[in-house]
Amino acid sequence: MEKWECDVCGYIYDPAKGDSDAGIEPGTSFEDLPDDWVCPECGVGKEDFSRLD
Amino acid sequence: MEPVLLKEGIYWVGAIDWDMQYFHGPIYKTHRGTTYNSYLIIDEKITLVDAVYAPFAGEMLERIKRLIDPSQIDYIVVNHVETDHSGALPELMKLVPHAQIFCTARGKAGLQKHYYGDWDYRVVKSGTELSLGKRTLSFIEAPMLHWPDSMFTYIKEEALLMPNDAFGQHLASSFRFDDEVDNDLIMAEASRYYANILYPLSKLVLKKLDEVAALDIPISMIAPSHGVIWRENPGQIIEAYRRWASGVWQPRAVVVYDTMWGSTAAMARSIVRGLAAEGVDAKLIKVSIRDTNNIFTELLDSRLLIVGSPTVNRSYLSVLSPFLDDLTGLKPVNRLGAAFGSYGWSRGAVKAIEGKLEGAGLDLAGEGLEVLWVPDDAEIDRCYEWGRALARAIKE
Repeated sequence: MEKWECDVCGYIYDPAKGDSDAGIEPGTSFEDLPDDWVCPECGVGKEDFSRLD
Repeated sequence: MEPVLLKEGIYWVGAIDWDMQYFHGPIYKTHRGTTYNSYLIIDEKITLVDAVYAPFAGEMLERIKRLIDPSQIDYIVVNHVETDHSGALPELMKLVPHAQIFCTARGKAGLQKHYYGDWDYRVVKSGTELSLGKRTLSFIEAPMLHWPDSMFTYIKEEALLMPNDAFGQHLASSFRFDDEVDNDLIMAEASRYYANILYPLSKLVLKKLDEVAALDIPISMIAPSHGVIWRENPGQIIEAYRRWASGVWQPRAVVVYDTMWGSTAAMARSIVRGLAAEGVDAKLIKVSIRDTNNIFTELLDSRLLIVGSPTVNRSYLSVLSPFLDDLTGLKPVNRLGAAFGSYGWSRGAVKAIEGKLEGAGLDLAGEGLEVLWVPDDAEIDRCYEWGRALARAIKE
């Protein structure tokens, strides 16, 4: 599962870690994050993330 | 000090800071001072929208006292946590400890980590509405415009948008409205603000403009947190933001350089003449003696940024570093770049500059131009032709 980076602030979503503050379990792919999930650092939406190759 | 009426029952109660010279620490020079715009709504629930910078709390309170006893304030809207707007809160909250503070979730977290106040926070989201009595506030979250906590407040019955820093200008003036202050001055400061603070958020600016347009709400007035209030022509600043965020450009160039013994300077002058020969006007800016905030403001219209430096210790002159660092942070939209400079042995400056230009999101318009030591006539001509070629490239 790939990591995705926030275009605005650089936060990296790592599926292996998930996002515990938002109730996202480790092992959740970026695609499976809810549509209303936002960057935990700066608050922008999923559409402002880019896949990290 | 008097409040200023916006619409019936809605007043500006802020402060004018004629002496402010630097914002955001030392990085944004405010040659024309600024204002901190705070607004009081007299309704069944007396509401303050944003406060002021802490040293000006007294001025704000004096204006409020002309209308009401400050202890009568029921609601405080905090559109943005930054200290230039929230700084007076601790002093204000001593007078109104039971006031409810309306802000985003990040706003509450930010306020708690700034002031550690045991205050009555009411977290709002996009679409939350708050009745004040005759008037209804509607909130629009605006993360990263320009902080994570940011939001806009819209007064439905008045078609009045209060977007905090968006559409604002650092401009101190005796008068509060756009029709009362020289328009060129307002736009100069509005563009400077956009270029030096909002540029990297341009994609979000466009999305927010589209989102607000889609709400199909009438906007008869925009009251930002700095500078003049747009009452005559709010469309002017909305349209300007769309242009700037879209990267619309003129066939103009900015040439930024510095020099050790004059060779890079001589190249720079010849390049500017070459650009002009193809009808491209250029600003030639020696970075060590000029205000770099001006460079970014120029880039709002200019398609091409050319940066020149001699090589020292295998790279560019460190006097260019603050500018190139800011360029990396501000990421101007849809711009071309190129590098030049004189060298004595190893080279390095041009390549390093090109790396920075690309890192900032610019596309390189041409190969870098390098001259050994002092350019002779043929090399001065080469610089001129390089300028002409770049000018033709941007006009394509």
